Amino acid sequence: MPFDPAMFDPSQIPLVEIVFWAMTVCTIGGALGVVTSRNLFHSALYLILSFFGVSGYYVLLNAGFLAVVQLFVYVGAIAVLVLFAIMFSRRMMAAGQSQANQQWWVAGPVVIVLFVMLLAVVGSISWPVTEAEPSGDVVNQLGLAFLGSYLIPFEVVGVLLSVALIGAIILAREKTAEE
Amino acid sequence: MTTIPLSWWLTVSAALFSIGMYGALTRRNAIGILMGVELILNAVNINLVAFWRYIAPNDVAGQIFAIIVISVAAAEAAVGLAIVIAVYRRRHSAVVEELDILKN
Repeated sequence: MPFDPAMFDPSQIPLVEIVFWAMTVCTIGGALGVVTSRNLFHSALYLILSFFGVSGYYVLLNAGFLAVVQLFVYVGAIAVLVLFAIMFSRRMMAAGQSQANQQWWVAGPVVIVLFVMLLAVVGSISWPVTEAEPSGDVVNQLGLAFLGSYLIPFEVVGVLLSVALIGAIILAREKTAEE
Repeated sequence: MTTIPLSWWLTVSAALFSIGMYGALTRRNAIGILMGVELILNAVNINLVAFWRYIAPNDVAGQIFAIIVISVAAAEAAVGLAIVIAVYRRRHSAVVEELDILKN
């Protein structure tokens, strides 16, 4: 059928589905790159692509704040940390060595069986999906919840992050001569 | 309401989890294992946010759980990579099979 501009209705484009599939290509393709790439540096770059895809998922799920957090924390902090760690220890792998250990031929089937089992569970349960939309300002509600009913988890996470910060510095620090 | 059914999100999340699991199980390099774990945590977060959106959109608990998972993932990555760098400095290797000091 030839394309007729007069018959073209922009509202018929399944935009949400198109974005979903684009993000799926980013996320799953990036993840496959992470686990199969022979060069660890390329793995880290694929990891960034995968994180971007997940961030797009959050936008589709009306969780804009989480999408921004995902970009800040995962792309901005964790991925950069991984890249730095790889660059600080340049000759991590002897050249020509395989990146996978001897268990990969067991791990592959096990993981595929796990995926099929998860799919079976997803398909067999009828989820109690509601038609409700998130109401009001979600960021506002998040802030109130973090300083209200979820105050203790919030504080515990704060303590955990401080401990992790100090621990990381102590672990990675170069020992000086007088110690 | 978005037109994407909940099961699509769960399927994508299951796929991401399985791929991350494969990476964590088969990588010889400790940094590769950590990247696999990050993929697993991302799969968990997709699940949490999808359930929040489709089942309890008026209760922010799902998003709060996801934010806490992200914080724990950040702490885990920082400590894990610090350990990898410290080990690399002593042993000049980050291959987990060669780290057998505690054996015997």
